[in-house]
Amino acid sequence: MTFSGEFLAFMSLALVAVIGGVLLLNLTKVVHMVVALVFTFVSIAGIYVLLSAEFVAAVQILIYSGAITIIMLFGIMLTRHNDTSEPQTGRWRKLLLFLGVLGFAFAVYIGIYNLDIAQTPTDLHVNNTEQIGIELYSKFIIPFEVTSVLLLVALIGSIVLAKRDDEKEAEEE
Amino acid sequence: MSAVPVQAYLALALILFCIGLYGALTKRNTVIVLISIELMLNAVNINLVAFSKYGIAPSITGQIFALFVITVAAAEAAVGLAILIALYRNRQTVNIDEMDTMKH
Repeated sequence: MTFSGEFLAFMSLALVAVIGGVLLLNLTKVVHMVVALVFTFVSIAGIYVLLSAEFVAAVQILIYSGAITIIMLFGIMLTRHNDTSEPQTGRWRKLLLFLGVLGFAFAVYIGIYNLDIAQTPTDLHVNNTEQIGIELYSKFIIPFEVTSVLLLVALIGSIVLAKRDDEKEAEEE
Repeated sequence: MSAVPVQAYLALALILFCIGLYGALTKRNTVIVLISIELMLNAVNINLVAFSKYGIAPSITGQIFALFVITVAAAEAAVGLAILIALYRNRQTVNIDEMDTMKH
């Protein structure tokens, strides 16, 4: 393995992503946790660029670093904005969960560590967005339309769920 | 051809997935649990995009699957936060341990 530019870029992006995740686990203030996760999301977008998926990287920046982080911050601000997630979980439970997750990681790592797939040259980086558009509107047209229905249902559902119940409040007053 | 083997991407996705899994199982604040789930979905996306470039049959389909996953994850986050806000209005708590009854 040579120290090429791609390797260095991958290592630094992966380091930032993992550090963001570890900060999520170790920080105490909830707002700080969400901001730490922004680093992870942005560096995952960089990983997508390395994998010649420029459109997915742009979508990642827009949706995750933009929309989902902001909506999570709104969720925190509207509830307990100065909450510090106190470690009230039992020490034994945490240890058992850690061992379980570690065992899972080990089991999957056995599966992937000597995975050898012959690399074939691809043309994914040539007009990436155009390729995605053509594929989306020729092969995946029905899932695409179903996704729009899903988004509409999620929009209406969350509005109905989060709406203040006016009739009940009027009765209480 | 490429300096970074496919195992490196898979290992990164595995680490992020495990961090998300551990966070979702141990954190007590519901918003943090939701965002840990988002981290797990992101790890899956890395796998999809990595196999779309370095898989046995490389094609653009993996990236399209990643886009669908991102869409569904966004919808899930919106509905989850709406449920969280409705619960907070009724129970005045965001602690996931106290959200254990089906009826108020």
